[in-house]
Amino acid sequence: MKQSITLTVNGTDRAVNVESRALLAYVLRDQLDLTGTHVGCDTSQCGACTVLLDGHAVKSCTLLAVQVEGRAITTIEGLSADGLHPVQQAFWEKHGLQCGFCTPGMILTAVDLLSQNPDPSEAEIRHGLEGNYCRCTGYQNIVAAIGAAAAALRSGKRAGAAA
Amino acid sequence: MGTLFGSGIKRREDPRLITGHATYTDDVKLPGLTYAAILRSTYAHARLKKVNVARAKKAPGVVAVYTGADVKERVNPVPCAWNVPNCDLKTPPHPLLAHEKVRYAGDGIAMVVAESREEARDALDLIDVEYEPLPAVVDPEMAAQPKAPQLHAEVPSNVAFTWNVAGGDADKAFAEAAVKVDLRIVQQRLQPTAMEPRAAVASFNPGAGQLTLWVTSQNPHIHRFLCSVMLKVPEHRIRVIAPEVGGGFGSKIPAYADEALVCFAAMDLKRPVKWTEDRSENYKATIHGRDHVEYVELCGTKDGAITGLRAKVYAGLGGYASTAAPGIPTILHGLMYSGPYTIPNVKGTVYGVYTTTTPVDAYRGAGRPEATYLLERLVNLYARKIGMDPVELRRKNLIAKDKFPYTVATGITYDSGDYQAALDKALSILDYQAFRAEQAKARKQGRYLGVGVTTYCEICGLGPSQVAGAVGFGGGLYDSAIVRVYPTGVVRAYIGGKPHGQGEETTFAQIVADEFGIPIENVEIVAGDTEATPQGWGTYGSRTTAVCGSAVKIAAQRVKEKAKKLAAHLLEANEADLEWRDGKFVVRGSPDQAKSFADLALMANVAWNMPAGTEPGLEATAFFDPSNFVFPFGAHICTVEVVVETGQVKILRYIAVDDCGPQINPMIVEGQVHGGVVQGVGEALQEIAVYDEDGQLLTGTMMDYAVPKASQMPKIETAHTVTPTPVNPLGVKGIGETGTIASPPTVVNAVLDALAPLGVVHLDKPLTPARVWAAIQNGKKGGAR
Repeated sequence: MKQSITLTVNGTDRAVNVESRALLAYVLRDQLDLTGTHVGCDTSQCGACTVLLDGHAVKSCTLLAVQVEGRAITTIEGLSADGLHPVQQAFWEKHGLQCGFCTPGMILTAVDLLSQNPDPSEAEIRHGLEGNYCRCTGYQNIVAAIGAAAAALRSGKRAGAAA
Repeated sequence: MGTLFGSGIKRREDPRLITGHATYTDDVKLPGLTYAAILRSTYAHARLKKVNVARAKKAPGVVAVYTGADVKERVNPVPCAWNVPNCDLKTPPHPLLAHEKVRYAGDGIAMVVAESREEARDALDLIDVEYEPLPAVVDPEMAAQPKAPQLHAEVPSNVAFTWNVAGGDADKAFAEAAVKVDLRIVQQRLQPTAMEPRAAVASFNPGAGQLTLWVTSQNPHIHRFLCSVMLKVPEHRIRVIAPEVGGGFGSKIPAYADEALVCFAAMDLKRPVKWTEDRSENYKATIHGRDHVEYVELCGTKDGAITGLRAKVYAGLGGYASTAAPGIPTILHGLMYSGPYTIPNVKGTVYGVYTTTTPVDAYRGAGRPEATYLLERLVNLYARKIGMDPVELRRKNLIAKDKFPYTVATGITYDSGDYQAALDKALSILDYQAFRAEQAKARKQGRYLGVGVTTYCEICGLGPSQVAGAVGFGGGLYDSAIVRVYPTGVVRAYIGGKPHGQGEETTFAQIVADEFGIPIENVEIVAGDTEATPQGWGTYGSRTTAVCGSAVKIAAQRVKEKAKKLAAHLLEANEADLEWRDGKFVVRGSPDQAKSFADLALMANVAWNMPAGTEPGLEATAFFDPSNFVFPFGAHICTVEVVVETGQVKILRYIAVDDCGPQINPMIVEGQVHGGVVQGVGEALQEIAVYDEDGQLLTGTMMDYAVPKASQMPKIETAHTVTPTPVNPLGVKGIGETGTIASPPTVVNAVLDALAPLGVVHLDKPLTPARVWAAIQNGKKGGAR
């Protein structure tokens, strides 16, 4: 059975007609053409499908689209309206990705992590990635990237406060 | 000399990947697209009595349903493409869809094509399959016994091949040796787990007779060739595009039935078809790795000179021989038994054995991790037996740097090396003696620290093609590049390899930009589309930089030679009087008389004023076939603490010193080491594919298969030495697999060093807390080994 719902996706209201059983990940990918959200498992382990729901990281493969009616979703495509988000920039600078498949989920998880803990230790970053798997990087440069992004975000905030 | 070679510049592939604008196979959408789902056997071994698809055909949205009987006359089986000679290899047919028997839980039985993913999946549940179950056998050693259940009528005792390797006289060496050690080692089966599952999209244009396949492939030209065989479609009618590929680790080398079925359906239905496996399907239907049961022995003198090695290996192949499967435990394994040591006498027998399990093929390292592991375990056991420090024993047996090129007992010749230097560097980073003192102190306090030191060398940069042919590899092992200069002086290089995370869009652009003295922004590397790229043999075996990168270099040099000829013509000078300086050909002594690369690119492409007899255009193609493999090497050290109450292993430090020759981009090299080491640490401590006795995969989802997580993995300290290879113009060796090759024995030897005072002599990977704890209890009771 199909239902009509409205989602705010990357700042724009989108009306979609979805199967009741449709998972958010597939609605984003197949119906809204936001293919930066990836699906890497079927048991909510890998985190490649992570998006921000009202600013918090969630696994879009574990939510029905109808569950998030009326709520705000940010995908990797919408993370930054202009230029790169400091987390994206740091992943690039620190070689925090290889094949790139886990990367959108990693980045969005990191954005949420840093919003809750602006100055995490290495152990806190590693713990914060509990729900995101990467098979290429060995995590080391992802951890470094998130640490660098944290520093950049903190200094950006200080600069903003000073201005 | 250029300035980009050796520079850790940021990757050029990243902007699309970090913004969600990359296109992976499942992202491809086409008008009229249909979706396929494959019904897979729930039994490991059974006769198919009946496959009734009538109800599925009537299900909502279903366009077609195909069974094995429907397709068997119209397609060829999945080929095995590495027909290793002199081993009585038997590769019975592997049908695209089973029609008489299924031989592993996951073997394809039927395919549904429907208007949506969900409808295709729903219809699978409406297919009635009547099975006549047969006994399963999942262990390769058990499967090779005379009374084991037999998978293929034409393969008695399931032994697909018996491959022998020998050099010197190992039996004599063992008969005369003062010291002998032996082990039974199980190198557990692993699930490669590329983060992107496999997928395929096929589109057929009936008017043109052209088939286009987008597929998760490490080697699109091999896929074109093998799909041509399976589909009986001429190769020039097939275009294979490997778009963004989300990791492979070997699992996206083979030709699978699935992509051929998708092509078959697209041609049959004249509509595009997409198939994407989910993770549970991936774990059943995508190849696994390793799966050896090994009986190995080492012998030597009382003062630590190794004199011989013998090995008897049962290598599991799974239900069928996958594309490269026979070559992995033989050519890429048995020929490397000497590792970095002078071992004059080597003898090995490898049995390739069919079991009722998912097929096994190349997984990162492919044969060399298994060889390195058994050797490094034996070396430690030998050191322990004669009471010698394992580092000293290694040092005593390493091939000396002035012996290269060095031919080992198995007959292959190592290119170059300085093994002692790498070992010394790693030891000094740790301060080995200080750690030994700390370890002794800790033991007095009831804490169990251990150190593992591995010296390794490996074979990669596959191949030369002539050797490929001699060892039965069903293709060449050269690689290729077209370097094409556009009128405005920007450049594209079309390459035969297919990077899928390794960063060659950056490193190869560094090579080209250096050669032409142009900004790297003016260079683009194109890979993955057989329509655009020259014949290549793919990205695996740490070959792409060494082989394909060399082709890029040579093609760029050829372009530059032509540009020089043109510059001489335009400047009315002799070529001999020109020098290349700051991106220009300059007349020696007349700095005003110069032509920039951009000037020459324009003139060559408009061709208004070319030298007599010179063709217009500025591009060149190169096929590079190396004269030998390359043999990277290094030394890895791991220190651990074992919590004896729980069996938990904590890695204290992990040090990787690797030598891959000159590094084009050290940042990328380091990233390869990190990833490789962590995959190997996963193998050492937690990863294992488990089947029950009925052949059901118990590690069938990510809930059960222990993919390493960030919080479980150590920080890795990297360093390098630089020993160029003479076998390619860049001097480079491979680095993609060294971490996975070196780290399993390093970690396991560290743990066993920690446990030595508790009487534990050997443990098989993975060293889970449960295994370690049980071994400690057993050791305390004096029941070690």
